[in-house]
Amino acid sequence: MEAAENRDEMLARVRGLCVRRGGRSIFDGVDLDIRRGQVTAIMGPSGTGKTTLLRVLGGQLRPQAGEVHVLGEAVPQLSRAELYALRRRMGVLFQSGALFTHLSVFENVAFPIREHARLPEPLVETLVLLKLEAVGLRGARDLMPAELSGGMARRVALARAIALDPALMMYDEPFAGQDPITMGVLIDLIRRLNDALGLTSVVVSHDVHETFAIADYVYVLADGAVIAEGTPAQLNASEAASVRQFVDARPDGPVPFHYPARSLADELTGGRGS
Amino acid sequence: MSQRLVEIWVGLFVALGLAGFLVLALQVSGLAEIRQQPGYQVAASFDNIGGLRERAPVSMAGVRVGKVERIELNPESHQAEVILRIDQRYDRIPVDTSAAIYTSGLLGEQYVGLEAGWEDETLGSGDRITQTQSAVVLERLIGQFLTRMQD
Amino acid sequence: MIGAIQGLGRRTLDGLRGLGEAVLLMLRILRAAPEVVRRPRLLIEQLYVVGVLSLVIILVSALFVGLVLGLQGYYTLVDFGAEDAVGTMVALTLVRELGPVVTALLFAGRAGSSLTAEVGLMKATEQLSSMEMMAVDPERRILAPRFFAALLAVPLLAAIFSAVGVFGGYLVSVGMIGIDAGAYWSNMQNAVTVQDDILNGAIKSVVFGFLAGWIALHKGYMATPTSSGVSRATTMGVVHTSLAVLGLDFLLTALMFG
Repeated sequence: MEAAENRDEMLARVRGLCVRRGGRSIFDGVDLDIRRGQVTAIMGPSGTGKTTLLRVLGGQLRPQAGEVHVLGEAVPQLSRAELYALRRRMGVLFQSGALFTHLSVFENVAFPIREHARLPEPLVETLVLLKLEAVGLRGARDLMPAELSGGMARRVALARAIALDPALMMYDEPFAGQDPITMGVLIDLIRRLNDALGLTSVVVSHDVHETFAIADYVYVLADGAVIAEGTPAQLNASEAASVRQFVDARPDGPVPFHYPARSLADELTGGRGS
Repeated sequence: MSQRLVEIWVGLFVALGLAGFLVLALQVSGLAEIRQQPGYQVAASFDNIGGLRERAPVSMAGVRVGKVERIELNPESHQAEVILRIDQRYDRIPVDTSAAIYTSGLLGEQYVGLEAGWEDETLGSGDRITQTQSAVVLERLIGQFLTRMQD
Repeated sequence: MIGAIQGLGRRTLDGLRGLGEAVLLMLRILRAAPEVVRRPRLLIEQLYVVGVLSLVIILVSALFVGLVLGLQGYYTLVDFGAEDAVGTMVALTLVRELGPVVTALLFAGRAGSSLTAEVGLMKATEQLSSMEMMAVDPERRILAPRFFAALLAVPLLAAIFSAVGVFGGYLVSVGMIGIDAGAYWSNMQNAVTVQDDILNGAIKSVVFGFLAGWIALHKGYMATPTSSGVSRATTMGVVHTSLAVLGLDFLLTALMFG
């Protein structure tokens, strides 16, 4: 089974990734494979550096060690110009949406198109409206980002991220802080866009239920390493304690509830109690 | 705000800025005077010009008739050679006119004052004013005053 | 004791690192100059924001500074019977010093602070990050047009400031006090020269524009991406620009007029 999957075409491959920031080790020897055409989920408790992983894939953060290949390029070794060329084939949906607050919805989606291609205005308009139609917000074209609800803003950001028809689409916590209806819309959109546009998607999330609904393959990260991987079905069937804790949303287990600290008794008595 | 309005405003702003520079160059520094007013040059030698500077005014009976164009030291006579530029419209200045260096106010700028003579012949380009009176140097004046007191 | 020395050393190193970062950022912005020329629309938008929107404060301040200079100059000079020289004093003070310096200080408060806040907020809301991931370099797309707009706007604003200030001095000394208009202008024209005074003043204002744009953008770009980080960066941007302008003004004055 494992061998059969490895023969699939890899869109991105990470080997032995080590990232340290401010003396703290975020990743210590992480291996990942992103297969073409699939929705791959990166899961784990908050604070495990899931977003950091996206920044490494996008070349915004240089790892201390390890190989990172995306779309056939070794990301950490790229020059600035090569990196920017690679990024044209990537789309990222940021957690906050990160819409340009001074531009209207239409201009936000048009931004990457205008920046990278000298197209006649009618063609730009057609492209933008098609992308907005894909996320169901063609009617909101003249609104400003401040007038959008959180869910709408995220959908506009999604339209903007796919404006240049990327090969790899990355979602940073797409479900965080959304109401159930919006969440359903986003789940549906991510899966539909992936299949309709022939994308490859990476979803970073800690929402187990939603993510398992769309992911083809799931990696679970904790303490800087991959603690489990497999299809959602495999993970659901897993007996490992760390996986069960995460999947069943138990507060304490192998992934500790407490941030590393002295014992409470120690702290409250100023060290005199022991 | 429409793109058109933004462009108009920026255009106005840049024009205003350039106008500012133009005002400074022409009106404040008087650059306009260099090409303005045809005139003729007259030389005069002074023993001491004090604080006279180039472009200082030249006046006659209190009326501005020209300006100091150039100041040099004559290497042989060790006198100050001052070239005055008199406006063309004042072309009837007698040849025996005398020149002196005065100070406007107690601490003001120094200027060249002309005292008209009586001859019918008038000064022309390249002529020289022979009768000159040097600037009053305050220290020398005080010095003279003190030596006289001692006598 | 060792702790204090270590603290001093760390602060020195941090300062040097910050300076190095700022210089590298500046070099990258300067290298983006051709792109700014190719897309003048971005520059025009920013000239509107930093230039046109600063016009009112510059015009009003310049007028009042000119009025005060005229009045104070007259009060001082009249004791020496040299009140005709008030035009000279007003013009030289404005063209050499107050024009470039006060313009730069007002610019730092009016436009520089908003540049810092804007860039800092764009960073805090991941707009810069997302731009990078759209393969658009924010240093070229966001910082460069803003820097060159500041570089152009400050000398233009300073020229407007000096010209309006001289006019303010004229209003008070000729209109109010009754000094002869001819004396006001001719004394000024005798004393002020293009190459010594106006050119040096213009050079100063270009240097100050460079500084104001550089510091404001660097503070915003390097701001801690939180609301307190951005507000701190905005304050520090204004403070550092003001100190840098005043300090460098002394240096430039010593070099130019010494």
